[in-house]
Amino acid sequence: MSLFVIIPAYNEEKKIGRVLSGLFSQGLENIIVVDDGSGDNTAEVAKSAGAVVLRHEVNRGQGASLQTGDEYAVENGVSTVVHFDADGQFNPADIGQALSVMKDKNIDVLLGSRFLDNRSQIPWTKKYIVLPIARIINRFLTGLKLTDVHNGFRILSRSALEKINITQDRMAHNSEIIKQIKQKNLSYLEYPVEVTYNEYGQGVGGGLRIIWEILQGRLTK
Amino acid sequence: MMVIQILLVIFFLFALIKVVGRFRAGDLSKGGLVWWSLFWVVAGVVVMLPNSTAYFAKLVGIGRGADLVVYVSLVAIFFMVFRLMMKVEMLNKDITKLTRKIALKDDKDI
Repeated sequence: MSLFVIIPAYNEEKKIGRVLSGLFSQGLENIIVVDDGSGDNTAEVAKSAGAVVLRHEVNRGQGASLQTGDEYAVENGVSTVVHFDADGQFNPADIGQALSVMKDKNIDVLLGSRFLDNRSQIPWTKKYIVLPIARIINRFLTGLKLTDVHNGFRILSRSALEKINITQDRMAHNSEIIKQIKQKNLSYLEYPVEVTYNEYGQGVGGGLRIIWEILQGRLTK
Repeated sequence: MMVIQILLVIFFLFALIKVVGRFRAGDLSKGGLVWWSLFWVVAGVVVMLPNSTAYFAKLVGIGRGADLVVYVSLVAIFFMVFRLMMKVEMLNKDITKLTRKIALKDDKDI
């Protein structure tokens, strides 16, 4: 029963070290950093911290990096994969509990949510304007009703991993994963996770770009 | 002759020279040479003799030849943009596939 934590990272040399030590301190062992063509020392920092580093020679985006990590995990016969962000937004302590809940309930996919408890200090414009609108659009595009959108914290069982194929290379992968959960009838669960805001993250512009990517993705196959 | 006509014809001649140059360098096939040469020659004729398109314009029910040229060009450009977009999208997917393959292979080599 092996578990891989997959972290897509692009120019995160300043933060990745702390993220990795946080994960190792939780007793997690197999941490895969997908260095997405970083121009800085992300790969070196991650390697010296003890992570396995897969390197994209050119930048392909977060979705592409996650898919690379997922394929590596499947090849190496893992039973569970955790998707985690490289920028220190998530709390590594959330993983352990989430895993046991997922196991107890025998769920295929666990999706992190900022809205199921009060730990995340979400900027108010984001909490009351950007995210509610994004939620509605996401529901319309994916067919799944969730309390959070574009939360990079998720845990996938092996069977989910084998069924989900991320083709959206950039930021629209999140909606794509949710859509595939619905299409492939995977069981899922939302679980409260803490998100610390070091920076604003995706604003309105980012949201619009995601919608554009999704629509474009629908036109090409 | 209007200044715009002279400028356009000079540009078309320049384009024609480029087409021949590309053919000589081996970047363009024989078919490509014929097609693009014909394209620029016809464009030259249309600019020099604007009324030459009037016949075709009438044939399809458009009043002026110049309008026909604009309509046809627009349609052609939109089609080209569409094709380019598809091509770029496919190239992107291919680059991702290659990048992923290299990333996973490099890991095995270590």
